[in-house]
Parts: sequence; C-alpha cells; structure tokens
Amino acid sequence: MTFLDRSRTVAPPGWSRWLVPPAALAVHLSIGQAYAWSVFKPPLETSLGLSGTASALPFQLGIVMLGLSAAFGGTLVERNGPRWAMFVSLVCFSSGFLISALGAATHQFWLIVLGYGFVGGIGLGIGYISPVSTLMKWFPDRPGMATGIAIMGFGGGALIASPWSSQMLASFGGDKPDGDSGIALTFLVMGLAYAVFMSLGVLLVRVPPPDWKPDGWQPDPTRTRALITTADVSARNALRTPQFWCLWVVLCLNVTAGIGILEKAAPMIKDYFADTPAPVSVSAAAGFVALLSLANMTGRILWASTSDLIGRKSMYRIYLGVGALTYLALAHFGNDSKPLFIICALVILSFYGGGFATIPAYLKDLFGTYQVGAIHGRLLTAWSTAGVLGPLIVNRVADAQEQAGHSGPSLYTTSMYVMIGLLLVGFVANELVRPVNPRFHEPRPTAPEGNTAHAAPQQ
Amino acid sequence: MPPRSSSPRALAVAVWLWVLLPFAYGSYELIRKATQLFTG
Repeated sequence: MTFLDRSRTVAPPGWSRWLVPPAALAVHLSIGQAYAWSVFKPPLETSLGLSGTASALPFQLGIVMLGLSAAFGGTLVERNGPRWAMFVSLVCFSSGFLISALGAATHQFWLIVLGYGFVGGIGLGIGYISPVSTLMKWFPDRPGMATGIAIMGFGGGALIASPWSSQMLASFGGDKPDGDSGIALTFLVMGLAYAVFMSLGVLLVRVPPPDWKPDGWQPDPTRTRALITTADVSARNALRTPQFWCLWVVLCLNVTAGIGILEKAAPMIKDYFADTPAPVSVSAAAGFVALLSLANMTGRILWASTSDLIGRKSMYRIYLGVGALTYLALAHFGNDSKPLFIICALVILSFYGGGFATIPAYLKDLFGTYQVGAIHGRLLTAWSTAGVLGPLIVNRVADAQEQAGHSGPSLYTTSMYVMIGLLLVGFVANELVRPVNPRFHEPRPTAPEGNTAHAAPQQ
Repeated sequence: MPPRSSSPRALAVAVWLWVLLPFAYGSYELIRKATQLFTG
C-alpha cells in the first residue's frame, strides 16, 4: 500500500501545480454522477416493478452516506493523504456500480440499494473531500478558484452522466419493459469506465512539500489582520468554535434557499405563466431546468474565484443579502416578466453553487489548511440538513396553498418569504463570524510532516 | 535559478484534455437542452 501513502505523494522539484486540478476533476466529474440518478428511476420502476419512492432509495442512501462518510472519514483523509482518499473513492464508487449490475441482473433491488447507495455513497463522501485541502495547499494565493474548479466538477458530473447513461440504456435495451439486462450492462460499463477515469486522479495527485509557497507569493498582511489566519486549528477544536457553527448555519440556509427553486423549477415556471398570453410548454420548462444547472455550475467557479478578490465574508454577504433581494423581486414582480423571472432564478442558483464552492476557502481562512478537509467534511452535514429542509418547505407550502384554493404564483409566494427569512438569518450568522480565538490554535510544528522533498515545485 | 520542470507540457495537455473532453460533451448536451426554453 506504500504507493498510496502521503509520503509517496509529495511533489518532486519542478512539479506543476496546474496538474492537481485535473486530478481533482477526474474524481469530482465522476462522483457528480449521483445527481443523474433520476435517469435510472423509470427503467428500474418498469423492469423491477418498483414505486417512485423505492426507486429513489439508492440515491437517498447515497446522499446520506456522502454526508456521514465526509463527516466521519475526514480525519482519515487528512492523515492518509489525497491519493489514498481518491483510491478509496474509486474502489467504493466503482464497486457500487458493479454490485448494482449484479442486483439488476438477478432482480435483487436490495443489492442496488446496498451497492449504489451504501458502498457507492462512501465513495461519494470520501471523493468529495479528497482534493480539498491539497488544492488549497497548492493554491494559497487563489484557494477559492482552486476549490471552485473541483466543486464545479461535481456539478458537471451529472451533465456528463445524464446524456451518457440515457444513451447507454437506449443502446443496451435498458429502457424496454424487460430491460433488466440492459440496466445491468449500463451499470457494469459505468463502473468500469469510472474506475479508469478516476485512476487519473489517483496517479496524478501530489501534495506540496511542507511550507511550500508559490514563487514570490507572501500572505497579504492587511488581509491577515482580518479573517485570514496563518495559524492552524484541528477538526476536533474547530467544532468547539462559534465560527464553525455560524458557517454551518450560513451553508445550510444558503443551500436551503437554492434547493427551494431547484426542487420545483419546472412546475414553478409553468404555474407562474400559466394564465399569461405566453404559457411555458413542458419542453421549455425542461430547458429552464437545464439553464438552472448551468447557472449552478458556472456560479461555482465564478463566485468562488471572485471571493479570492473581495474576501469570503463579503462574498457570503452577496449570496445571502442579494439572494434575499432577488427572492423579493421574484415574489413581487416575477409574474410580470418572463425574462425577469428567469434572471432572478439564475442568480439564485448561481449563488447556491457559489455557496458550496466558496465554503472550503472560508474554512481555510478561519482554521488554516492543517485539517481543513476534515472540517469541511463535518460541515457537509449542513448540506444533508438543507437537502431535507429545502424541499420540505417548498412542497409543504405549495400543497397547503393548493388546498386553500390558490393557483399560479401565489402557490409559491409564502415559501419565497420563508426563504427570504432564512437568508436573512444566514446573513446575520455570517456577520457574526470573527477570527478564531488563539486558544484553539495548534502549536507550531517543529519538524516536517514525514517527507523529504523540500525543493520548490514549479508553479 | 528556477527548478527544472518535472512535468512536461504534453502531460499537462493530456490530463486537461482527459477531464475537459467529457465535460465539453456534457456542456454541449446541456446547452442543447437549455435552448428549448427559447424554442420549445
């Protein structure tokens, strides 16, 4: 197993740091497939006779396992290094597909739940946090951009997997009523293809030598005085700080507000313009959902990179403050103009993606790079909570409004005001973020961290 | 003197293509679908 050890992944002199983002993308573009699970739902329901609720189980368990394995596996990832983490992610994610292939071939749905949901879900969580701290150590000058690239990859994974798996299901006959062997073959090909694709990350990833800095770069002393620390905080201590919990609230509420739109995007745009001279067709609504995915993905790299220039706290002021104003505009003027409705929804979704992508750099600013991957893993429980909270609010409110005899935009007005309230609470939580008390800082290390390479790699 | 590069340019091009080509395919399919908003 020595090939996977952290000490074997220290970059040799002259190693380009621009080789690390593709390693991260090889993992994130693969595990982002999770958001394309819906492609498998109708074929599984037809061939295995499942309900819609049952066919969602592998995905739901996968997301639960993502949160749990990121929260509990983060310290192991920090200790064993990114190559080990990417290898574990590759093995779990691919095995999940192979076990699912066996399940589809033998009509054993529980094997698909176990394979894709449980085993594959561990691959999702470990893979999601695997490159985070490594990227920030390579890009201390642009941590937002670096993690933005990787986390944009997670959004991009579904863009690749959705058309690709649909085409395979059609080619192998998985979309036919007795298409179980076609589904099995699709799972098999995906498991093998993802293993090959992710192996690039395992082979390519390198950590910089200790105390490595980009040529000519020094931390900006004016910003160091504000929120950016040069000290380190352990994952265990981070949980004891109010800053961690403020960011937990910020992430949870920002994600909840985004999911509020994402969850009901297609019915929402149809309901808003149903009684206008230009109603929205089913295919146009599908186009709107695709456009939202594009905004979600673009926001990840765009806003995370912007946060390197304006600072993380200011960036979240925009996500939460401007996000609340955008929701207000949507609630008041959304049905007056289709372009205004679309622009508001795109802005909200770009802030949703940006919130995900900027949080690792915010954590790095506050807690240092020492165990930032593990801290990030623990913070992802906010995502799991928001994943339940967001759809619950929007669906409950819409159902209650429908029962009260409302229709059109008024189905969503109340939930939009709820989202505005949540964003304002998030805004206050962000304002409460202050530098971490030095009593939580780790003592300065006296020896290098188990490696021998010291020469500065190439930028 | 800057250290000699141990990561050749060809490797950098190859690994970026490895991730960008599938990403370009996914983005193309997405944009094709998104245009339905204006044509559908």
